[in-house]
Amino acid sequence: MSILIDETTRVIVQGFTGDKATFHAKEMIAYGTNVVGGVTPGKGGAKHLDRPVFNTVKEAVQQAGATASLVFVPAAFCADSIMEAAAAGIKFVVAITDGIPAQDMMMVKRYMLRFPKEKRTMLVGPNCAGVISPGKAMMGIMPGHIYMQGNVGVVSRSGTLGYEAASQMKALGIGITTSVGIGGDPINGSSFLDVLKLFEEDPDTDAVMMIGEIGGPQEAEAAQFVKENMKKPVVGYVAGLTAPKGRRMGHAGAIISAFGDTAAEKAEIMRSLGLTVAPSPAELGSTVAKALASRSKKTAVKV
Amino acid sequence: MDIHEYQAKELLAGFGVVIPRGGVAYSPEQAVYRASEIGGTRWAVKAQIHSGARGKAGGVKICSTEDEVRQGAKALLGKRLITHQTGPEGRVVHRLYIEQAVPIERELYVGLVLDRKSERIMVVAAPQGGMEIEEIAKNTPNAILREVVEPAIGMTAFQAREIAFGLGLGPAQVSRAVTTLLGAYRAFRDLDATMVEINPLVVTKDGSLLALDAKMTFDDNALFRRPNVSELRDYAEEDPREAQAGEHGLNYVALDGNIGCIINGAGLAMATMDMIKHAGGEPANFLDVGGGASPERVAAAFRLVLADPKIEAMLVNIFAGINRCDWVAQGVVQAARETQMKIPLVVRLAGTNVVEGQKILKDSGLPIITADSLADAAERVVKAMNDAKGRSTAAGRA
Repeated sequence: MSILIDETTRVIVQGFTGDKATFHAKEMIAYGTNVVGGVTPGKGGAKHLDRPVFNTVKEAVQQAGATASLVFVPAAFCADSIMEAAAAGIKFVVAITDGIPAQDMMMVKRYMLRFPKEKRTMLVGPNCAGVISPGKAMMGIMPGHIYMQGNVGVVSRSGTLGYEAASQMKALGIGITTSVGIGGDPINGSSFLDVLKLFEEDPDTDAVMMIGEIGGPQEAEAAQFVKENMKKPVVGYVAGLTAPKGRRMGHAGAIISAFGDTAAEKAEIMRSLGLTVAPSPAELGSTVAKALASRSKKTAVKV
Repeated sequence: MDIHEYQAKELLAGFGVVIPRGGVAYSPEQAVYRASEIGGTRWAVKAQIHSGARGKAGGVKICSTEDEVRQGAKALLGKRLITHQTGPEGRVVHRLYIEQAVPIERELYVGLVLDRKSERIMVVAAPQGGMEIEEIAKNTPNAILREVVEPAIGMTAFQAREIAFGLGLGPAQVSRAVTTLLGAYRAFRDLDATMVEINPLVVTKDGSLLALDAKMTFDDNALFRRPNVSELRDYAEEDPREAQAGEHGLNYVALDGNIGCIINGAGLAMATMDMIKHAGGEPANFLDVGGGASPERVAAAFRLVLADPKIEAMLVNIFAGINRCDWVAQGVVQAARETQMKIPLVVRLAGTNVVEGQKILKDSGLPIITADSLADAAERVVKAMNDAKGRSTAAGRA
């Protein structure tokens, strides 16, 4: 199994007919993702990539049975598109778009609270690489071939550092159930904690790699959750040991502005709460391998 | 984006926050003219740079005569002010703000931030102002008041009243404080700020409530819809290389080391810098070329990083998803030729079109050191730099 998406997930692309969206939708279809159509307001009724285009997400849900949406809409209009998906009953939204105003995301998060929990949309992103369940489906912009199917869950703020982890793991013969890029913005849809919960419940995930960076309280909250609620081993890494205080390192959210924001502090919090922290970004794969090995030893002792 | 104190005050005044009378000046003559325009007998001549703690660094002069204003302005204009926020290089003062100096009874702290935990706007206030919030949090953590604003409703008057009474203000000042707090909140929301700080907010001897110093920071992602804010940008306050990088769609932050870095993705960029440090080197910069980088953008990144005189070696690390290794390789080769690069260059490519990319590097005939992995790349660049240094020292001796 995997979390969030698999080959049966009925996916639409919002902003479907744009250049970038078209390129990545093709890649997703080639990977085996069940893309059932897309939305571009004003182009409803047309066909794109042999799939129907709708004017609204509501129509895509009614006519194509869409349950998940990948949002490629430009930053100025993106928050509106995410809310449209939530209102139409889409259960899972991945927003790739970079550069959404923080207060727009604040409104999106507030808007989602109006739906009862069982009907609430799960949002991943914005400003992320997306989600891939290797061998099954992908919703995002990652190079699919670097991922191998397997038993480790990956959750990362950074897209490219997630690729780095996947390729190091593949080189060691370690595969992935699902890899989730939660994005580099200060206010984002799903947190590390939200994704860790799903990995803990997934029977096919045996260990989790969590890749954070400087800025914000999410890594510490997630580490606390690991200590209190997780049985599976979690390997952590926090990028940005060399980042100076008060400077934004590319991602809008990657800025050291409060106590507990630095990479060293976060890594120390992770360690103190029982996570294994990779000593360097070149040892993401090997640290996961060790965690898996010690886990199977433990299981063997139990038997 | 940051703006100057006087700009923040003007914006806040538009939302009902009361500020002392003042005006901006670019010369000692203009400073004197401003003082006479403001009237009164005491003025503050304040250096305008994007930093707090200017008073402690000697950036504020209290003057009682017009001649003192002139002398103060002369002393400040062109001076390099060094505060703990500017770093050791400091910032040169190009603008002054001349302000009526008011007799102060009490100093308070008021700040609004985008709180990442609640994902909402939060008001932070303290009954003792005039020092930094970090200091207040350390000295009197229990005195800090916090109110989270419900985004769908906005800040309510009762929340503002609770803060005002919590700060120990008398009945005469509470309604003024409510106006100030609601105004600061509306400015935050309507202008897409990420931080508004009034520190200190002062009660004067005659009982009025004034924003004596103010700071605002804005969400770069929202500047497209706030033209009245983005026009306040002061390029003189920015690192010229960072401004230049922005024009090319690059994210660049200058650091103190000597190994130049060109990487795609903010997370991988930070991790690569960590890896350089792990291998015994020091990164000279953070640089994210971004997604879908053209050969031209990569070449621009190269020129930008090489313009830093500290650079002794260069590392390019690309894990292409949305990018293409062949485009990156073309940009690298083009820039290395054009700049006649003499320092060691290590390139690691992975992901989309990696084979094509590596072929371009090899066929170029340039002395490019290639690497297969992150660890390999970091070790090779540190070693190549040390070897090159060794050679030049040996040559120097000979």
